[in-house]
Amino acid sequence: MNIVVCMKQVPDTTEVRIDPVTGTLIREGIPSIINPDDKAGLEAALALKDSSGAHVTVLSMGPPQAELALREALAMGADEAILVSDRAFGGADTWATSSTIAAALRKLEWDLVLCGRQAIDGDTAQVGPQIAEHLGLPQASYVSELALEPGAVVVKRVFEDGYQRIRLRLPCLLTCLKEMNKPRYMSVGGVFDAFRAEVKVWSLGDLGLAPASIGLKGSPTRVKQSFSKGAKSAGKVYTVEPREGAQLIVERLKERFII
Amino acid sequence: MDFQLNQEHRLLAQLYRDFTEAEVAPRAKEIDETERFPEETVRSMARYGMMGIPFPKEYGGAGGDNLAYIMAVEAISKACGTTGVVLSAHTSLCAAPIYENGTEEQKRKYLVPLARGEKLGAFGLTEPNAGTDAAGQQTTAVLDGDAYILNGSKIFITNAGPADIYIVMAMTDKSKGTKGISAFILEKGMPGFSIGKKEEKMGIRGSSTCELIFENVRVPKDNLLGKEGGGFGLAMRTLDGGRIGIAAQALGLAQGAIDATVAYVKERKQFGKTIAQFQNTQFQLADMQAKTDAARLLVYRAAVSKDRKLPYTVEAATAKLFASETAMEVTTKAVQLHGGYGYTREYAVERMMRDAKITEIYEGTSEVQRMVISAAMLK
Repeated sequence: MNIVVCMKQVPDTTEVRIDPVTGTLIREGIPSIINPDDKAGLEAALALKDSSGAHVTVLSMGPPQAELALREALAMGADEAILVSDRAFGGADTWATSSTIAAALRKLEWDLVLCGRQAIDGDTAQVGPQIAEHLGLPQASYVSELALEPGAVVVKRVFEDGYQRIRLRLPCLLTCLKEMNKPRYMSVGGVFDAFRAEVKVWSLGDLGLAPASIGLKGSPTRVKQSFSKGAKSAGKVYTVEPREGAQLIVERLKERFII
Repeated sequence: MDFQLNQEHRLLAQLYRDFTEAEVAPRAKEIDETERFPEETVRSMARYGMMGIPFPKEYGGAGGDNLAYIMAVEAISKACGTTGVVLSAHTSLCAAPIYENGTEEQKRKYLVPLARGEKLGAFGLTEPNAGTDAAGQQTTAVLDGDAYILNGSKIFITNAGPADIYIVMAMTDKSKGTKGISAFILEKGMPGFSIGKKEEKMGIRGSSTCELIFENVRVPKDNLLGKEGGGFGLAMRTLDGGRIGIAAQALGLAQGAIDATVAYVKERKQFGKTIAQFQNTQFQLADMQAKTDAARLLVYRAAVSKDRKLPYTVEAATAKLFASETAMEVTTKAVQLHGGYGYTREYAVERMMRDAKITEIYEGTSEVQRMVISAAMLK
């Protein structure tokens, strides 16, 4: 069984600051990590490798330094790493990104593609599902459990108010939640092996995509404005009985025309 | 000259930090209080290849180097001095001498399970009447057919009890003095080999420190490590390596105490401001960090010297002397900066100060390190 895990290297913080002038993320001084949802996908793949001998390839699109995230994945136990990297891919929105990654996936063989639900620096949750659409694959997002069956996977999709259990025929694509598992650490031997292994780098020329369909040119999204959420004023605390509390909440919501 | 870690070692530092935060730190207080050996942490370390870091993969190791190994001891000791010494004694004092002196057969039989972490190692040199004066060994080994018969005892043996494999020094020829000492590989469960009294210690209380007792223990000739009469030299070379491990443990304790203190002084308020805002606090912290950084460079230099097959006896002694005395000084200051709270068991610096003291004593006291360093200067 071949599994490809799509990963993104992201800044290690949930409080990324935004440059007030350019509206872009300030990345200086913030360590980079494997996006947590993607790391859960990697752990799920490695668990399948442990139990059924799957071959795990990690794939990332990003700048040259994203190689380090791929080496970390190798050190955790992935078999192969591919970095999709070219200056021409810069400025890609989710559409151009998913088109590029889908093109890379077309060059590989796989039964299962695992992505994270969303990246902590963009939070769109669009790239995984878009890849599946580009490739015409069945997909399940928000996966918190995964079990292998002959020719299929059974997954648990989790929502705020419930869950679904779905069987998907292979090949398919899943987007994983970080709550899915506790990723293993790298192993010491794995780290040394990871730096002896090759990380393949695929550029625009390797993927055969039209320049108009990638990077900034291939991105229909235009960012009008980025801003940090302003701090809210302190809330008001009422110490009342539950029934009275419910009444209070309903009144306040009505006052603000929310209900 | 390059003072930067390469990418491999930087990624390892990330692994060690994550591992220590999640697997080592949460248990440190409990294993100290209950004097419990951290077997579950040893199992986790084995899973991630930490019990055989500097040994080749063909012998079950991680295929790493000594720098990678002592960085692990340092990182783990930041949170738990006990776990740090378990790793150091296992790697430097038991697996390393087998790797460096063992026959191919001994390496297959003993180094492989040690490096994989399936078995734990210990080292027995010290006796009631042979501490710093290691030449005064009274344990004897007499050849009888295809085996040596061992009689005697060892004290203060780190990892004794939980350990499965022991390197033991014994006199094969008393008339030759230090040239009459030989090294043997013993296994737990050999008839006549038993574990005696467990010490109750000031610090590193989760580590098991016991007496070893030998009553007519038949040790097969195949278990002679190195040459007959070569035990003293083997023990001294082993301790050269071990000292880098203990220096790394001391370094970790010092940095762990600094990290805990930095967090504390930013929170603790007196006279209407945090104690971090007082210049005394700032100057103390600066001194603590400067010394610890100096210790780190000495410790890393010793490890890199060993990796590059350069002489490292003096480098290891210098690193151990400076790092252990720095650990004692820094942890004492950390307690002082915590004030009354620092003297309570509620804060980790109290444990770190107790743990630091032993680093000035075991695997060669500070006085022995001074002897080694000055002997090289005056020869």
